[in-house]
Amino acid sequence: MKMETPLGRVRGLGSARSGALHWWHERLTSISTLLLLVWFFVSLLRLPDFQYQTVAAWLGAPLAAVPMLLLIVSVFWHLTMGLRVVVEDYVHEEGGKLFWLVAINFLSLFAAGLCVFAMLRIALGGAA
Amino acid sequence: MSPHLTIWKWGPHMAVSILSRITGVGLALVGMAMFTWWLAALASGPVAYQTFLDWAGWPWMLVVWIGLTWAAFQHTLSGLRHLVLDIGAGYELKRNKFWAIMVLAGALALTGLVWALILFRNFA
Repeated sequence: MKMETPLGRVRGLGSARSGALHWWHERLTSISTLLLLVWFFVSLLRLPDFQYQTVAAWLGAPLAAVPMLLLIVSVFWHLTMGLRVVVEDYVHEEGGKLFWLVAINFLSLFAAGLCVFAMLRIALGGAA
Repeated sequence: MSPHLTIWKWGPHMAVSILSRITGVGLALVGMAMFTWWLAALASGPVAYQTFLDWAGWPWMLVVWIGLTWAAFQHTLSGLRHLVLDIGAGYELKRNKFWAIMVLAGALALTGLVWALILFRNFA
């Protein structure tokens, strides 16, 4: 085994060429999520009530359904990247890190899939 | 582990930094669970949606809603602060401390304002 620090091993190899893009996407989705969440809460507060018919009719219209789909993409993208950074910073054991990174990606993709399907069902009919 | 957490005097900027992560994880887990539940219930029809409304209106759920509101404001304000820091501004000691305190105070004030409006509207 070579007596070398982790920094010493990677010095001179250049970047992994994915960190900067991750960093940029995290900022980009923070802004898109903020804008879409403001739209979401302002729209909710403008509804006369939160009964099923009212909310379903609002969300079923194209000008609500499309921003909502964008919000789902934006917010799940942002939270998956955020959780990833937290795991990478605090879980140092390689096996555990891999497990949590896979779990985060699977779970958020599943929840995002549920949300997209629910949104399509509300907008395109089929809901009871 | 480097001693970076133990050799510095605690300040508001450190609280904002770690709260940004804690509220982010909270929003990602609890916030997204609630959001997914709400949307799935709405897509499942009036009966499922009413079940959601009944659960969401349970008095103890106020703790979750108020907690999520504060987490959202805290995460948003500290996120905006981060966007400013990312362009290289706001690192002067006094200014940095001032905005860190403003983020903490602002999140609490906005949470109080929003819930005062909600509760006032419901009981007035």
